[in-house]
Amino acid sequence: MAELMAKTPLDDMPPRGIGSCTLEEIDLGALTSISPYAGAQIDAPFKAAHGMAWPAPNRATGKAGARAIWFGRDVSLLAGPKPDPKLAEYAALTDQSDAWTAVALSGDRVEDVLARLVPLDLSVAQFKRGHTARSQIQHMNASVTRIGTDRFLLMVFRSMAGTLLHDLERAMASVASRG
Amino acid sequence: MRLHCPICGERDRREFYYQGAAVMLERPGPDAGAAAWDDYLHLRDNTAGDLDELWSHDAGCGAWLRVTRNVSTHEIKTVVLAREIKR
Repeated sequence: MAELMAKTPLDDMPPRGIGSCTLEEIDLGALTSISPYAGAQIDAPFKAAHGMAWPAPNRATGKAGARAIWFGRDVSLLAGPKPDPKLAEYAALTDQSDAWTAVALSGDRVEDVLARLVPLDLSVAQFKRGHTARSQIQHMNASVTRIGTDRFLLMVFRSMAGTLLHDLERAMASVASRG
Repeated sequence: MRLHCPICGERDRREFYYQGAAVMLERPGPDAGAAAWDDYLHLRDNTAGDLDELWSHDAGCGAWLRVTRNVSTHEIKTVVLAREIKR
């Protein structure tokens, strides 16, 4: 039988540094969208199953390796572990693995880079660690999450990987060129 | 122009998709008759001043919103989730 090898959306691109910022492709593990059924109380069962709080709108919980990221109206994304099948009683669980490009952008000028691409105030006073947003990166629908002091998790559809890389590189170069 | 999404907060217009007058929230019954359906599908008042509209927060949370906007001045009066109006 043929042995198939999974390729990441950016084809295991090595980390790319431009100016003071670094862009890395990251493997989030299994991705599952969790959409609670009308009236279902998912908070306690989710916490019991995965050890992190069910995220409120515009918030993300967990840490590297296992995150729960609010992903839109009545939907959150579990990134890392496979979902506990018991949660199917409360919510529709849909496998999204391989469907998203995930990168981490970090560096002391990361907010300047993102200010060129995202129509949101991502300064630390407004957008703290654990805050997340569904918005746009240039013209791509995206998920933006602050995962560290100078570090963001950015996600777009897998098919947009090349455009995401292009837009981020352009913005990083343009910030770097301003010295 | 910015819209205050009840879920996401104040967001730029580019994140939203405009659907039109909010008459779509008042769908007639299947046996309401041809005149009611014709009115629902095709006839709009097109008045100046405040208008209830449907906008989708397409590039954000995905929710449908009923936005009351003054079509003469573009002033946004209220924004509510369409889900909270219907049913």
